[in-house]
Amino acid sequence: MNRIKQKLQENPSKKLLSIYFTAGYPEPEDTVSILLELQNSGVDMVEIGLPFSDPLADGPVIQRSSEAALKSGMTTTRLFNQLENNREAIDIPLLIMGYFNPILQYGVEKFCRKCSEIGIDGLIIPDLPLEEYQLQYKEIFQQYDLLPVFLITPQTSEERIKEIDSASDGFIYMVSTAAVTGGKKGFGEEQKKYFHRVSKMGLKNPLIVGFGIKDRETFQQATAETNGAIIGSAFIKQLNDHGTSGISNFIKTIR
Amino acid sequence: MSYQVNEKGYYGDFGGAFIPEMLYPNVEELRSRYLDIMQEEDFQKEFRQLLKNYVGRPTPLYFAERFSKKYNTKVYLKREDLCHTGAHKVNNTIGQILMAKRLGKNRIIAETGAGQHGVATATVCALMGIECVVYMGEIDIKRQAPNVARMKMLGAKVVPAKSGSRTLKDATNEAIRDWINNPVDTHYIIGSVVGPHPYPDMVARFQSVVSEEVKKQLQEKEGREAPDHVVACVGGGSNAAGLYYHYLDNEKVNIIAVEAAGEGVLTGKSAATSALGREGIIHGSKTLLMQTDDGQITEPYSISAGLDYPGVGPMHANLFRTGRGEFISITDEEAMKAGLDLCKLEGIIPAIETAHALAIFDKRKFEKDEVVVVNLSGRGDKDLNTYIEHFNL
Repeated sequence: MNRIKQKLQENPSKKLLSIYFTAGYPEPEDTVSILLELQNSGVDMVEIGLPFSDPLADGPVIQRSSEAALKSGMTTTRLFNQLENNREAIDIPLLIMGYFNPILQYGVEKFCRKCSEIGIDGLIIPDLPLEEYQLQYKEIFQQYDLLPVFLITPQTSEERIKEIDSASDGFIYMVSTAAVTGGKKGFGEEQKKYFHRVSKMGLKNPLIVGFGIKDRETFQQATAETNGAIIGSAFIKQLNDHGTSGISNFIKTIR
Repeated sequence: MSYQVNEKGYYGDFGGAFIPEMLYPNVEELRSRYLDIMQEEDFQKEFRQLLKNYVGRPTPLYFAERFSKKYNTKVYLKREDLCHTGAHKVNNTIGQILMAKRLGKNRIIAETGAGQHGVATATVCALMGIECVVYMGEIDIKRQAPNVARMKMLGAKVVPAKSGSRTLKDATNEAIRDWINNPVDTHYIIGSVVGPHPYPDMVARFQSVVSEEVKKQLQEKEGREAPDHVVACVGGGSNAAGLYYHYLDNEKVNIIAVEAAGEGVLTGKSAATSALGREGIIHGSKTLLMQTDDGQITEPYSISAGLDYPGVGPMHANLFRTGRGEFISITDEEAMKAGLDLCKLEGIIPAIETAHALAIFDKRKFEKDEVVVVNLSGRGDKDLNTYIEHFNL
C-alpha cells in the first residue's frame, strides 16, 4: 500500500506534521541526513523540494534556497542518486514537490518510474493543474502508484474543490492564504472560516494545510479542523540559522 | 489545418495553462469571458475609438522605395513605430485595460524588460486613472533609466525584481507572485503572446489590428490583400503575431520570423529560441524554451532588450515545429548595421528589435515582383545610447 494512504489511515485523528525542504540545501549532500533527522524527530511525512530556477509560487526564503542548491550543483539525477537504497532506513511517506519543467526535461515517464523505484509516494507539482494532468499525465502517475496532490486556495470554488477531491487519492493540499510561500502573518478569522468551510464539505480526501505555518500556534490553528499541516519556509529559515543540528529542537517547538 | 489556438488553449503541441492553483480563479475568469467581452459592441467601439484617436491608428503601410531598390524587391513597412508611445505594444495595453475594467479590476500589474511594455501599460493606466505597478529586473532598471523615469512620470510604481537573474523573466516571475498575493482586485497585463492560455490568444487578437489594416492597405496599393511574405522580429512575439494573424491560415503567404542570434547562435550569448530551445514550461505556457539539460531556465542574450526572452509565444513555437514559419536568426552586428541602413535609406530610425527584421534582406533573396511586408514594430529613440556606443556617433 502507498505509504501516504497508510499513514493517513493508521491514525485518522492524528494531526500530521509534514516538513518541506529544498533538496541540496544547505549542502548538496545533506538530503539523506535531513530526512533521517526529520524521521527521528517524529515528523510524519516529508516533501522534498526539487530546486528550480524560476519557482513562481514561492516566496524569498524558498527562492534563495533553490538558487543556492542549484549553484552548488544540485540536479534531478543527483537527488535520485541520493535517495537510492535508503528506503529501509527511511520509512515515512516521501513526496517530491517540484515545478513541472525539470520533470518534463527528465521525461515524465522516466521521472515517475525512477520515483517509484526509489520509493517516492506522491508528487506535488504546483504548476501542473488538474486539467493538464488529466489531459496528458494521469495514466503515467497511476502506473507507478504515485499520488498526485493538488492544491486548493481560499479562492477555489466549491465546485472545483469537489472536482479536485474526486481526482485526488491521498490528500488535498490546502493553501492557507492567497500568498506565495513564507508569508509572515498568522491566521485570522478569514482563514479559520475557510478551514471550517472546507472541512465541513464532506470530502473523501484528508486536508493538509500549507503556506504560513511557522510555529506551534499556527500549526494548531491550521490543524484544528484539518488533518495536518506542512512547514516549509520556517523550516528552511531554521536551517539557515542553526543548520541540520537544530532540526530536532525545531520540531519539538511545533508539537 | 489551422494555426490558431484550439479550444483547449493549444497551438499544436504548445500552449496550455500550466499555472499554480492560486492563479486558477483569475485565469479561468479571463478564459471564460475574454471572447465574449471582446465581441461586445461597446467594447469594440471604445477599443476602436482609442486606437484611432489616442494611439493614432491606422498606422501607414509605407512603400520603402529606396530600400526596395537596394534589395531589388517590393518592401512595405507597417509603421507601428508611429503609434503613441513608439511601438506596437500599446495596441495590447489598450485592449487589456478595457478588459480589466470590464472584469471589475482596479489595480494593474505588468512586467517589463526594456521598459516599452511598462511604459505602454503605465500610459493606459494614467489614461484610465487606475493604479499601476510595473515589475522590472534590477539590472534592466539600471540599463533603461529613461523608461523608468517615463513610467514614474506616468504615475506607475516601478518595483525592482531582485530574484534570479534580475531581468525580464524574473520581472515576470515577480508579477506572477504579485498576482498570487492579490487574487481579487488585480489584473495582470502581460506584454507579449506568452503566459497561460488565454493570454497568447488574447494578446494576438489585440495585436491583430496590424494585419487587419495591412490587408486593406495592400488592397489599395497592390490590388491584393495578401503579400508574398510577412516579416517580423520575435522575442515573445507580439508584433509578429499581430502581423501574421490574418495570414496564418493562408499558406500562400510566407511567414518569416526573425530571432536574435546575439553574438552568434552557438556562442552561448544568444536569444535564438527556435534554434536553442527545447520543449518546456515557462510562465504557464508549454513552448520552446532555452534551458539546461536539467530543466533550469537559462538567461538569453541579445543587444536588443526586447528580444532576450528565453521562451517564445506558443503560436510561434508551433509555426516553427510545423514548418509553417521560416525562422532566421540575426546577430547583434547584422541588426545594428541594418538599423543604420534604414536611417540612411528611408529617414526612419528603427528600434533595434525591428532592425533584426530588416537585416534579413542581406541574408535572403526575394524576387523582384514579390511583395514583402515588414512590421516596423518600434522606433529607435529608446536605443540611441546603444546606437551611439556601437557606431561611436
